[in-house]
Amino acid sequence: MSYRRLRAVWIKELRHIVRDARSLAMALAVPVMMLVLFGFALSLDVDRIPTLVCDQDGTQASRDLVRQFQGSRYFTITGFVADTGAIDRAIDRSQVLMGVVIPRDYSRDTGLGRQAPVQILLDGSDSNTASIALGYAETLVRNYSLALRSQMQNRRGGGALAPPVDARLRVWYNSSLESKNYVVPGLIAVILMIIAALLTSLTIAREWEMGTMEQILSTPLRPVEMVLGKMLAYFVVGLADAAIAVVVGLGVFQVPLRGSVLLLAVSTCVFLFGALFWGIFVSSAARTQLQAYQIGILTSFLPAFLLSGFVYSIEDMPPVIQLISRIVPARYFVTILKGIFLKGSGMRILWGELGFLALYATIVFLLATRRLNRKLA
Amino acid sequence: MNSNGWAVEIEDLVKRFGDFVAVDHVSMRVPKGEIFGFLGPNGAGKSTTIRMLCGLLTPTSGSARVNGLDVATEPEQIRRNIGYMSQKFSLYDDLTVEENIDFFGGVYGVPRERRPERRDYVLRMANIEEKRKALTRTLSGGWKQRLALGCAILHDPPVLFLDEPTSGVDPIARAGFWALIHDLSETGHTVFVSTHYMDEAEYCHRLALMYRGKVIALGAPAELKKGLTSHSLLQLDSPHPLEAMRALDHTARVSDVAVFGGGLHVTLGDIDAEGGMARVRQALEAKGIEVTRLERIEPSMEDVFVAMIEAEERKAE
Repeated sequence: MSYRRLRAVWIKELRHIVRDARSLAMALAVPVMMLVLFGFALSLDVDRIPTLVCDQDGTQASRDLVRQFQGSRYFTITGFVADTGAIDRAIDRSQVLMGVVIPRDYSRDTGLGRQAPVQILLDGSDSNTASIALGYAETLVRNYSLALRSQMQNRRGGGALAPPVDARLRVWYNSSLESKNYVVPGLIAVILMIIAALLTSLTIAREWEMGTMEQILSTPLRPVEMVLGKMLAYFVVGLADAAIAVVVGLGVFQVPLRGSVLLLAVSTCVFLFGALFWGIFVSSAARTQLQAYQIGILTSFLPAFLLSGFVYSIEDMPPVIQLISRIVPARYFVTILKGIFLKGSGMRILWGELGFLALYATIVFLLATRRLNRKLA
Repeated sequence: MNSNGWAVEIEDLVKRFGDFVAVDHVSMRVPKGEIFGFLGPNGAGKSTTIRMLCGLLTPTSGSARVNGLDVATEPEQIRRNIGYMSQKFSLYDDLTVEENIDFFGGVYGVPRERRPERRDYVLRMANIEEKRKALTRTLSGGWKQRLALGCAILHDPPVLFLDEPTSGVDPIARAGFWALIHDLSETGHTVFVSTHYMDEAEYCHRLALMYRGKVIALGAPAELKKGLTSHSLLQLDSPHPLEAMRALDHTARVSDVAVFGGGLHVTLGDIDAEGGMARVRQALEAKGIEVTRLERIEPSMEDVFVAMIEAEERKAE
């Protein structure tokens, strides 16, 4: 391998990149756009659910219960209605997502220890949001009812009656359970996979299409030098993308970075190597630029998005799909990023994932080089 | 290892693509410093042969050596010893003239300290100094052609393969290009050049005519013309060329009449030009058509090749 020839390819590719200002701008802007778009849109939090209240009890206690809803950041009371039919209509028109019906005699029945079911009406067309909202509402009503009952019984004499179990949940690593903390690191992995594969997927197909490959093949340049030279040029862009994504993640989304920056940098480099080599491999296997681009998108975007565990939990997938996800490099990088960002994990925990990424990069590099070699005959 | 003085030696070279025989048992030798022309219609197998010589295709059978190196076993060394210009223009459009030169200088492994000198030489030789900062995309065909040649000789290779380098270039640029080829030959480079412009054949020291995968004629242009024994060619000038043409259409021994410039070219179906001339004069006098000039002329390269290809086809039938 000759450093001189490798350097010639590297510089030439960098010149291509700089000269094609529009593509470069796209390559740098797309990660930010995707991060902002997905970061905000892919929020799994349920917040400020628009809620209508039908208070048929009208007592001090029922008004207190409503105040509980008003005080919670999960609900926004948009109005009060006299009959439940109004709630149905409002849900049908998508004006509210939830209705709370407090039955007549709520405070009396609760005080007597009798069942006094508060009715929660939900728009189930978004089942995810509906079930989360239901969970919040149930907890809120149950807690209040328990408090109310013990308070009333206290008043009638008798000692303080504590609720039988007082469970307090403590969530680690993402203690506020904010989904952005969970989504953004994964998103960085997905974005880098897509960008890297797309950046390089055209690079060799274009040389074949333009006829420049024929010229290059008549020179002493070796496939190894070509693959490495091209990869290192796009690596510069990929690294810039990674830096932008991390800065946006920390700055805009306020995702905590608890682990080592060095480990983050090293694992990003290793992941980029693999992703860039993959694009080059696709490009050398394809016949046209269009084909290379399509295969590039298909083999980077879909697995990275669906099988990396970045939003869709791998544990919930059928065993066959779980098995397939094991060869998706983004899966390992998602684990690494979540580990570094949220848990502050170090090499001792992440070495397996990092090792896989290194192995993947090596294999794809060999494949791309061999593929290019075979095209010679 | 390379004392034999041949730049290219081809022996019984064959290339098959499936059932199609693109190159059919070709043998020839090209001495060093020669401008060797490779002629023939499209699809005759010229490019395939050149690509095998450059190590871009592996021969099906037979052997070929370039500068003493075997194409099948030493393709890497061959690439250091050749310059190649492919049929399609193939430099980077979005790089400048200098950047293209830099890149090819790098991949040909020209040492860093020699690169400025080689770059200046190429810019000067291709007469492209004023365009050094221009994007290659903006150059016209002739400039691009010279730049491509320049990029192929950055490492000063002893053997050059040029595959139809002048296709699609205007006649003045073509003449300039051939002057460059001559300069290269004079400094000891062997130039193996294919073309389908018959007039360019005259610029070559020796020629091979390829047809349907076979070399059907090989020699210096003058030799090939002398070897044309099946036909002879007459120049006929007359104030009434169209009448003359019609009169000769059915004359015995005349195989073809064609308008050529202001006069006619009359092709006779044999080598006996004197007898033919008498016959032509007779036929025209019978119709009362005046003749201002009638003489035997040297056939052009095109005449030679058309005759040879026709002979080859008759043989095949």
